[in-house]
Amino acid sequence: MASKFLSGNEAFAEGIRLARPQVVAAYPITPQTTVVERLAEMAEDKSLDCEFIHVESEHSALSCAMGASAGGVRTFTATSSQGLLYMAECLYYASGGRFPIVMMNANRSTALPWNIYGDQRDSLSQLDCGWIQVYAGSAQEALDLALMSYRIAEDKNVSLPIMVNLDGFILTHTYEQVDIPTAEQADKFLPEFETDNKFDFDEPKNMAFSAGPEYNYAFKIKHHNAMINSSAVIKKAEGEFYEIFGRKYTGLIEEYKTDDAEYIIITLGSIGGLCFEAADKFREKGIKAGVIRIRYMRPFPREEICAAVKNAKAVGVLEKDISFGNEGTVFTNVNSALQSLDRHIPSYNFIGGLGGKSILPSDIEEIFNKIILGTEGPASTDRINFIGTEVQA
Amino acid sequence: MSVTAKNLSREEFFYGHKACPGCGGSLAVRNALKVLGKNAVAVLPAGCMSAVGFNFPQLCFGNNAIISTFAGTASMLTGIEAALRIRGCDFTAVGFAGDGGTADIGIQALSGAIDRGDNIIYICYDNEAYMNTGIQKSGLTPFGAKTTTTPAGENIRGNIRPKKNMFEIAAAHGIPYAATATVGYMTDFLNKVEKASRIKGTKYIHVIAPCPSGWGIPESDTVEVAREIVDCGLWYLAEFYEGEFKVTHTPKEFTSVENYLKKQGRFKHLTAEDIKIIESSRDKKWEKIRKEWV
Repeated sequence: MASKFLSGNEAFAEGIRLARPQVVAAYPITPQTTVVERLAEMAEDKSLDCEFIHVESEHSALSCAMGASAGGVRTFTATSSQGLLYMAECLYYASGGRFPIVMMNANRSTALPWNIYGDQRDSLSQLDCGWIQVYAGSAQEALDLALMSYRIAEDKNVSLPIMVNLDGFILTHTYEQVDIPTAEQADKFLPEFETDNKFDFDEPKNMAFSAGPEYNYAFKIKHHNAMINSSAVIKKAEGEFYEIFGRKYTGLIEEYKTDDAEYIIITLGSIGGLCFEAADKFREKGIKAGVIRIRYMRPFPREEICAAVKNAKAVGVLEKDISFGNEGTVFTNVNSALQSLDRHIPSYNFIGGLGGKSILPSDIEEIFNKIILGTEGPASTDRINFIGTEVQA
Repeated sequence: MSVTAKNLSREEFFYGHKACPGCGGSLAVRNALKVLGKNAVAVLPAGCMSAVGFNFPQLCFGNNAIISTFAGTASMLTGIEAALRIRGCDFTAVGFAGDGGTADIGIQALSGAIDRGDNIIYICYDNEAYMNTGIQKSGLTPFGAKTTTTPAGENIRGNIRPKKNMFEIAAAHGIPYAATATVGYMTDFLNKVEKASRIKGTKYIHVIAPCPSGWGIPESDTVEVAREIVDCGLWYLAEFYEGEFKVTHTPKEFTSVENYLKKQGRFKHLTAEDIKIIESSRDKKWEKIRKEWV
């Protein structure tokens, strides 16, 4: 195992190299570009034996990936923001067609106004497209997810595409020391792609067909079931990953000091690390603070979140998203999960980082303070809080 | 060996579908697949042929086939071609897209595929409007045609724009092979399909495929009208190969444009003046063809 100083994108590209996709189709968009640039170099120097296809749009990138997957080979694509939205039609198509494509999305703000910096409005707007969605917290996790995603996506009980999200710039372009597994280790973990969901010259297939009202519903439920099944497959893959690589992942969520936590921030993506540090600061003051970092938004970790908040007096959901006219989408999802508890836990939404605005350690401390205040009832803390900005709703 | 009515395969690859009686598009798909054989992998975008052929559990292709997104015929072909080549399969990747799927929403992906030189055959079956959704104007609807979005009234007499020239647009990419055809001259079409299957790189074939309900003609007249469009000079049978344009069928004398137009419901409203405009644009095109093409 080698160790290198890599950006999130570079680490992800290393993970993809080890996963050996045979077709890579991508269209450039900031801040995704460096991952596909690295892959193009790997295709050139033959450290990755793949066909690198220069498509003319994101729509074609995913359409091409679907064709390649239907042709029976492992495929990869990557995008961000407007690119993700441009291929939106294909997102639904790829999941409905049950093509186990892996796509990296560099989380970036959506226009208008134009902005290339990171927030999570792009991928969170696509929660319903039927893809498994995972959010990396570090470059190491990004690399590991590149490998794990194929194992999960290609599992016969799942057969769904996976979108791996990396916070734009904050994760895609910052450097950290990353362990790179050997090809032998990777091959041991990830077998060659095998699928029945492909063209067959002995028994020709008609794929991606129409289904009227009589049958359509059943296909949708099968799709939903596959997503639910993926939760167990994710845990199983992580178990085997630990055995081979020695790094432990914890399923749909990562918990930080939640066991006895009374005040919990629930968040996702690379901001998790800052939240862990803030929790430690509060713990030094004798306040039982904890953090839940959601790793998978789909399938949604309803049971895991409910178990992790067992001692919570109040929770706050920190996200870089807003569904205009309502609230942050992660907040909506978390509140829905909390409904299944037999007691009411006050919950507050902290929206920050829109259009790449920095979220500072002091902002996170302020969030904990507001959560603590929030145990005194809704009058003390607003339900929706816009942090790090003078502009208020 | 050239394809003839006698040696055309008896094997069927597209049957049991719900195409309307007299459908020109289904005729093009059915016969092209006979030429390409069982190892053809067909991509059909949203449109008439996918709507009539892929209704689970009534799936009508005897070869491998898939519906692509409306805009994604060419890009999906690209992925399929790459994957099956990597896996060492013996196959032909072929797309069948309508006029809207080709000249409007799918032109970007088609241009991308030609630019990359992907080894695919792209066949545009042109029925000159969005027929699947109920006869709306596309970029390949001819001048004067009445559609549900270009009604013929007192102020505007149908579609006011000429057809996009997809054949020459494809050729302008420097494509290895492009051709025009019609289901009215079936052996000419099928020999072009056969020739395309022997050429490496991207191939584009544009085949006129009348739609009786959209054109306002009897179901029995599809083939006759598809011949007449060539005979009267409003369509031409040609190839672009090794950088040269060549006409593959030259009518000695044009038949009447007026007769061709007036037997179709979509042109019934045209005035003598409109018909003159159509004739003069035909003559201009043929003058150029005779001067510049082989």
